[in-house]
This record gives sequence, structure tokens and C-alpha cells, in this order.
Amino acid sequence: MSFPWANEYKPSHPFMQWMDDRLPLPRLVYNSVGAGYPVPRNLNYWWNFGFMALVCLIIQIVTGIILAMHFAANDTVAFDSVEHIMRDVNWGWLMRYVHANGAAAFFVVVYVHIFRGFYYGSYKAPREMVWLLGVVLFLLMMATAFMGYVLPWGQMSFWAAKVITGLFSAIPMVGEPLQQWLLGGFAPGNATLNRFFSLHYLLPFVIVGVVVLHIWALHIPGSSNPTGVPVKSESDTVPFFPYFIAKDGWTVGAFLFFLAAVTFYAPNMLGHPDNYIPANPMSTPAHIVPDWYFWPFYAILRAFTTDFFFIPAKLMGVLAMFGSILIWFLLPWLDKSPVRSASYRPLYRKFFYVLLVAMAVLFYCGGAPAEEPYVVISQIAAAYYFAHFLIILPIVSAIERPDPLPYSITEAVLGEDESAALSPAE
Amino acid sequence: MIRILSILVGLFFTVALAWSLLTGLLNFELPHTVEHEFHEHPKELHLASDGAFGKFDRQQLQRGFQVYKEVCAACHSLRHVAFRDLAALGYNEAEVKAIAVGYQVDGIDPNTGEATTRVGMPTDYFPLAFPNDVAARAANNNAIPPDLSLMTKARHNGAAYVYSLLSGYQDPPAALPEDNRPGEGLYYNPYFANLNLAMAPPLNEGIVSFGDGTKSTVEQMSKDVAAFLVWTAEPKLEKRKQTGLPVLGFLLFATILGFLSYKSIWADKKKKKG
Repeated sequence: MSFPWANEYKPSHPFMQWMDDRLPLPRLVYNSVGAGYPVPRNLNYWWNFGFMALVCLIIQIVTGIILAMHFAANDTVAFDSVEHIMRDVNWGWLMRYVHANGAAAFFVVVYVHIFRGFYYGSYKAPREMVWLLGVVLFLLMMATAFMGYVLPWGQMSFWAAKVITGLFSAIPMVGEPLQQWLLGGFAPGNATLNRFFSLHYLLPFVIVGVVVLHIWALHIPGSSNPTGVPVKSESDTVPFFPYFIAKDGWTVGAFLFFLAAVTFYAPNMLGHPDNYIPANPMSTPAHIVPDWYFWPFYAILRAFTTDFFFIPAKLMGVLAMFGSILIWFLLPWLDKSPVRSASYRPLYRKFFYVLLVAMAVLFYCGGAPAEEPYVVISQIAAAYYFAHFLIILPIVSAIERPDPLPYSITEAVLGEDESAALSPAE
Repeated sequence: MIRILSILVGLFFTVALAWSLLTGLLNFELPHTVEHEFHEHPKELHLASDGAFGKFDRQQLQRGFQVYKEVCAACHSLRHVAFRDLAALGYNEAEVKAIAVGYQVDGIDPNTGEATTRVGMPTDYFPLAFPNDVAARAANNNAIPPDLSLMTKARHNGAAYVYSLLSGYQDPPAALPEDNRPGEGLYYNPYFANLNLAMAPPLNEGIVSFGDGTKSTVEQMSKDVAAFLVWTAEPKLEKRKQTGLPVLGFLLFATILGFLSYKSIWADKKKKKG
């Protein structure tokens, strides 16, 4: 579906006409990222992060495929093969540093993309399916990134694999056998490394598939916008090409600039030094930490320090950690406010900023050692995190009085400007 | 219905966290260890390879290599480095060959097929200091001397850490509790995580004599080894920094062009000023 005023694809070259009659691939591209897709004209820069995420995915797949040509997924040589890439493969150091920092950049971009959704209510009808697929994508990304972190077979790789799969051992009855089944042994070993490599190569293509569904589902209602007011007329929209291709183009350029700055001048800033020590099952690192993009959830895991009635603390932590992301699936049904954008929701907006702070605190505590005062601080932040989504959001959306909305997107953009007359009156 | 359920689930997690928080506050105690009190952060170290335009100081790398070869190599391996790599330190082909010939590496007797040793060639890697961890432990009072190839990337503040550790041996402070005093075969060093290090102070003034006339103080040798180990950990460092500048320049230029075209394409869609 699209808006009735969307441009129609008209092949200009006889070959394209021939192609369009047989396999309308150019038409598909034209209608999804070309002039045939009308987009609200008032999108702000927070809307550029979706396209950036797509660029990140492509960078990761391209560099990853090249790295896989030189990497050996075997526990005796994996670490050395990474060093071989760094030292002897032409531009191998560049591929590896772009891949490692690109993964971090991917998460930065996706976190912004998700929080843009929180602020502007992008998860609300009729875009629930876009949101649900987005949460699936985030979970797939986390699984892929975790397994990628294990592949260099350094100390943090090994111990992260042990700790993360150890989470499953908290499940009553089946926990221990489940962990052994996941690892292919009693501890991370060659079987673990091999299956993680296989899955690390597979999952990105699953992500590509879900991205296609995510974008497909988006194109049914069309993009949301900062006012949250639905598109009413042609003057509310501009065609994706050239308008948003131009905007995405320059922001992707700026993004690549930052990625290159980190890759060339601080390539190990976001990594952990211990991962340059080969995996050693006999020596436990002083502080085992996952990569930084997991820190908020790691902090939630560790915030549960006492048994809760008959539920052991560890199981509570695991439930909460997985639950903290799974509750995002319920968001479209927890937030019943008919107004999408927090710009017109004064009460919700305040709580959104508190959530941002709580998330930042969890980030910090997740990377800190599991000792006071970080534990107590992360407990407060984690309690707010759950209260925000599960208690505050349903109540706020019921009692809040939103500010008046603009009549249309055109009015919001042009205001009293005389060209506003272009938009049809009610 | 779903919202009532969600509030119940939310209460479940928040009450459990409040429970944990309460017990945490009742037993609240900031961690205090002797390591926290006596451990020192690495001293500042400035190397020619630092910064966006950083380049290795070849003379310094050669001095560092000499210290490694004559002192460190007795216990520490350098298994990711091949003799051919030393060309990057400014040695010519003949010099690299001469260095390689100075080492015995594992080989196979061409007549009997039995394991033997032969002289090194530029394509060989530095031989291991010990054949395995058991041998390393046996020779070193039950401690394993770590491989040094990646040392400056495998520790926080890598190069500064190596420099501080090597030049930081001292007598234990009088206030140090009895339990934390170095035991048999251990040496006090405030830059080491648990303060007591199994490695005896390896450097003494004049232990090597530099060909370029530099005075071989402990301070100087520590710096040179640190610089050398920055190179062994990241031999492509210079190339990386040199490549970065044109890449950033190009991206900046392309981004500015992109921004200008964005401005001109959107000119008729923006609200007019005034």
C-alpha cells in the first residue's frame, strides 16, 4: 500500500520496460527507496538512524565475509589466525578493526533508533508489526554480536562464553544439561567455537531477512513523524528520492567519518585488553565483562543479589535480564495514549528523560566491577527501568492530558507561512 | 487486562529489586583492599608513535629489541613476530639474515626425518623461550612468563604500564601489612595488580651496551623496551595512522558535498525565513 499520490514507476528505457513486464525489480526499488515512496516532510535527524543501521549491517557483512576467508574456527589456532589477519593479510588489520568498531557503531545507531521509537511512540498502531520485528532484530543482533565476541578466543571471549551460557544453567531442572548442550561440552571448547562461528555467519543473513520484513511492514502505513499526526495530504509528504536519499546520504557520510576516526586512531578503545591474552580455562580474569553494548542488561542481571522467596537470586537476575528486553514486545499494548509523540505528552516526556538517565546509569554500572556502590545504584536504576515500562507507562497513558496537536504535518512545518494554503483545508 | 498483568509483573521485579536493595544497604560496605591503597597508576610515557601523526623511532626500536634479545628473551617469548618483520626496524636484508642465523629453531633432519634443530631463516618466528608451560613453571618458581608479542595491547595503558613496571621496583613501604609483603621469590612493585611480582628486577644500569651510544639507564631501557613492544603488538600502526588522514579527509569532503546537495535539494521545502 502507499498513498494515492505516490509517483508511479515509468520505465524510461526499453530495456527497463522489458524488465518491468517480466520481473518488476526496478519498480520494487523505486517504490521502496525511490521517488515512489512518499515520506512525511517533517522527519528530523533522529529518523536518519534507521538508514545508518542498514549501512552498518552491510559494512559488517562485507568485512565479516572477508575476515572469514582468513579466520580459522579451531580453538588451537583461532587466536593466532586473528593475529595472522592483523599482521600478514593485506589490509587485514583494517578489515578487523572496521568489523570490531563497526559492531559497536551498529549498536550505538540502533540504541538511538530504539529510543527514538520510545520518544515518538513509533510502536503505536498501525506500526506495531514494525516495532515487533525491530525487537526481534535487536535480539538477533545481540546473539550475533555475542558469538562474534567469542571467536577471537581471547580471555574475555572464553569467559564471556562461559558466563553467558551459564545464565541458562539458572533455569530449574533443565538448566545444567541445557548449558552443556549449548556449549557442546562442560566448558567452552572447540565445539563451542565451531558452532558459534557457524551461527555468527548464519545470523546476519537472518537479520537481512527480518530487515526486509521490518521495511516491508513500515511501507504499509508509511513512516511515522515527529508530530505523530498521520499524513493527510500530498503536501505533508516528499518523495524519498531525492529528498531523503540526500539527507541520509550526508548523515551517513558524517557517521562514516566518526567510524573511521575511531577505527584509525583509537581502534582498541572499546575493546578489553584481556582479549589480547589467549583463552586460558585455568585463569579467571579479575572482572569478566561483556562488550559495552550489553552493559545495561548485564547490570540488571547482577542487580538481583538476594533470593526472592523461593526464587534464587541468579534465576531472578536471568528472568529480569531477558524480561527487560522481552517487555518491549508489549509496548504497543501498554501505552494506550492516542497521542504518539512525546512532544505533545508533557507527563510521559518527563518519565522518558528519567528512563534515559536510568539507562545511562545501568550502562555505567554494567561495566563497573560487581561491588559497592555500583550494585546499590544499579538496583535503583533497574527498579526504575521495570517500573517505567510496566507500571508508569500504562498509568501515565490513562491519566495524562496531552497538549493540543497541530492540524497537519504541513501546518507543523510551515505554520503561518503562506504556502500552508497549499494544503487542502478541512 | 494486559495492563493489570503488566503492573503485577512490574511490581514483582521492582519489589524483588527493593528487597535486594534493602539487604544491600543493610550490609553496605565499600570495598577496601590493600591493593586499592598501594597500587599505583602507570607513569606517563610519551613515545614517538603516539598521536595522529606518530611514527616509530627506529633507533629506539632497535635499542628496545636489543634489550629484549639480551635480557627479556631469557624467559619471555615473542611468538607472533618473525625475523623478517625486523626489517621494519630499519635493518637491511643482510642484517635480518644475520639476526635469524643467531637462533636455533625446530627442524627436521632431511635424511632421517627425525626432529632436530637448524639455524634460523628470516621466515622463521622467534623460538619459544620454553617448550611448554610446565617447563616454564619449573624454571620460574611456578610462574609462567607471558608472551610479550601483544603485551602493550593486553594491559590497560599498555606501553606506560610496561615502562612503569620495569622501572618501578622498590622496597615495600613501611605501612604495607605483613600479609602483603613479598614472600619467597616475589618482588614488590606498586604498578603490578597484586603488588608482588614473580619477576626479579630484570634491568640494571649498563646491563646492555647500546651501539648508538645511548646511556643504558634502567629508565632508558624500560622506555625502549616499551616502544619496541608497541611495535610488536601493532606492526601496522604507522600504516594505520597514515591511511587514516586521507580517509578522514575524503569523508569530510564527501560529507560537506552531501550536506550542500541536501541543502539545495530541500531549499523549496523548508519554511521561508521572515
